[in-house]
Amino acid sequence: MTTESVSKQSLLTPFNIIAGLILLMGAALTVWRFGWGIGAVTNLDNNNPWGIWIGFDLLCGVALAAGGYVTSSAVYLFGMKKHHAAVRPAILTAFLGYLFVVVALQYDLGRPWRLPYPFVVQSGTTSMLFEVGLCVALYLTVLFLEFSVAPLEWLGKKKLRKLIHGMTIVLTIFGVVLSTLHQSSLGALYIIAPAKLHPLWYSSYLPTFFFVSSAAAGMSMVMLEGWISHKPMHKVMSDDYLGQSDDLYYGFAKGASWVLMGYFFIKVIGIASDNEWHLLNTGWGQWFLVELLGFVLLPSFLYAIGAREKNLKLIKWTALLTVLGIVLNRLNVSLIAFNWHLPSEMRYVPSWQEVGVTIFVVTMIVISFKIISSKTPIFYEHPDYKDEH
Amino acid sequence: MKRRNFLGLMGAAGVSAALPTKAQAGGNVHFEGYPGSKGVLFDANRCIGCRKCEIGCNEVNNLPQPEKPFTDLSVTETTRRTENEAYTVVNKYETSGGPVFRKIQCMHCLEPSCASACFVAAFSKQPSGAVVYDESVCVGCRYCMIACPFEIPTYTYNDPITPKVIKCDLCDANINAGKISVPGCVNKCPKEALVYGERDELIKIARNRLEANPEKYIDHIYGENEVGGTSWLFISGVPFSEIGLREDLGTVSGPELNSGALSVVAMVPALWPLLLAGVYGITKRTDKINTKEKADAVAKAIAETQDKASEDMKAAMERARNDKEATVKREVTKALKEAEEAAAAGDGEKEEEGA
Repeated sequence: MTTESVSKQSLLTPFNIIAGLILLMGAALTVWRFGWGIGAVTNLDNNNPWGIWIGFDLLCGVALAAGGYVTSSAVYLFGMKKHHAAVRPAILTAFLGYLFVVVALQYDLGRPWRLPYPFVVQSGTTSMLFEVGLCVALYLTVLFLEFSVAPLEWLGKKKLRKLIHGMTIVLTIFGVVLSTLHQSSLGALYIIAPAKLHPLWYSSYLPTFFFVSSAAAGMSMVMLEGWISHKPMHKVMSDDYLGQSDDLYYGFAKGASWVLMGYFFIKVIGIASDNEWHLLNTGWGQWFLVELLGFVLLPSFLYAIGAREKNLKLIKWTALLTVLGIVLNRLNVSLIAFNWHLPSEMRYVPSWQEVGVTIFVVTMIVISFKIISSKTPIFYEHPDYKDEH
Repeated sequence: MKRRNFLGLMGAAGVSAALPTKAQAGGNVHFEGYPGSKGVLFDANRCIGCRKCEIGCNEVNNLPQPEKPFTDLSVTETTRRTENEAYTVVNKYETSGGPVFRKIQCMHCLEPSCASACFVAAFSKQPSGAVVYDESVCVGCRYCMIACPFEIPTYTYNDPITPKVIKCDLCDANINAGKISVPGCVNKCPKEALVYGERDELIKIARNRLEANPEKYIDHIYGENEVGGTSWLFISGVPFSEIGLREDLGTVSGPELNSGALSVVAMVPALWPLLLAGVYGITKRTDKINTKEKADAVAKAIAETQDKASEDMKAAMERARNDKEATVKREVTKALKEAEEAAAAGDGEKEEEGA
């Protein structure tokens, strides 16, 4: 098979056709949104100023991109050195995740071109959102530097690559600091609204909840991505990567099991410290228990069993369950249990255009990941830099 | 250079967020509002739902005419909220004490949640008492609308280029410009259900009314302490929750709610690097010790093997030497014996010869 015939064949794959259609729809929605305003394409109103562009694109996007700091700190700081082959895919996903969080934010902001204003015009330093913005901006820079090693190898820029590679530990520590801050601050955004968020989800521990659960989300996302990208990316995966991946699953499954168990306990402490036991016996309480038992405690046990019995299939499905649980939690806090006091006709349901933009953004992440990981040394080591970690 | 910038911003991320301008996390500071700041007292017992205040607001702020004219009082029967075209509305509530009217507008909190939430500080509490909004810096994140416990700010969602937040400014701009001396709504009220004045004075007036007619009023001034106190104050003859004023908001202001979380922020960049560098150091040291122990063990094993080998060799050499000696000895003995035998045989021959 020549390269030409490969590229000719690969242009009309089902993936490319669907992705192409989504990109076309996204382009149309983009024109609609910026030409006619937020009101033309969303169901947002004065009672519901934040919809799925914040609840899913921002809150879930950032939580699920936590794989970057979790993996790099596990490998470089906590001594899981032998899993170094897992760092690059995790960093790339995190970088793209954050990049497209910022892209998605452009749709939600009324005047997106003013996004630098908090840093260059006037700073509202008492705002939790200022904290989020500053840390996300800095962390995006850190992720860009961490990620840049791969394209620099591809381009053959040895000097610059060496300089950045030398900063690995410092960058990793900065990454953890910044992630701790903005992951928790996303939860802290809601501390100012005790009157609007249902008491079962509202807690002064919200920042801690968001940070701890982001660690479980990050580990689960790394496993889930490894699972999904295994088939399409197999040809560019090194033996090193493939050889370690099973072991990585067992290690991360064990870690995620403990983190979820800790998360379960602090959630229970949240209920206990506000003495909200009686609320568990309401409709909202049952919904809360579905999240807590079905999507936190259950995956914690399943991970433990999977790691103990070396059951890869169970671990992979548990990773999916955990990721869904984190998404459910973020949507509960931002949309479902938010404004719970409003009558049902005043509640928010996303418009198809809002859902469309979200699908568009996710598709762009997947396409970017596919292109970058097939061109640059992500799943394999560049031959010039082997044995260097 | 780049790294220094980076470090600087890192510091800013921690320290700036930990320096709230009002409502300090530490210290026993309680902000009771600017001295002499103005507010408005609303008396639900006096309001007749005539919507004149809505007209006053509409005129002063040059707002578009509503779909149904202000003379149509039936609109008060559906629960309305503030809108882009209406900074204030009056609603009718069916209560335990019969129908009661209540006016809605920005409460002008003493420590506003919107101001605390805004990441460009577009909102500010003026010494006059008004909470005002600066459109020129607004990015349009709408976090103020999430933060406001009274659900007051609105947003011009349908404007693609210059969307903005809209809310009552207690006519601050117009009063400062000298166009009017009291807010538009207060000016038009025919029943003195609205009184504009210094907040401290308004509290005294309210208390006098409650004391003078305890059977007509609930013994509470809504807004005196709610969410840290508001510049608008409400008194009523029916429980406040029956006229759409939430009684579960508490007395803690937005900035105070945030202060705990903000105070932790500075600790993270201060302590995490130490901890993480420590963990890294321990991991590295463990690695080093492990490597050294491994090397030592290997060296020891090699040495032991070598010792054993040389001992074996020595033993073998010894054995070989012994073997050799034994052989030599044996050969010598054999030769001597042969020689002896040969000598003996020679003697016999001699004897035979001699005989």
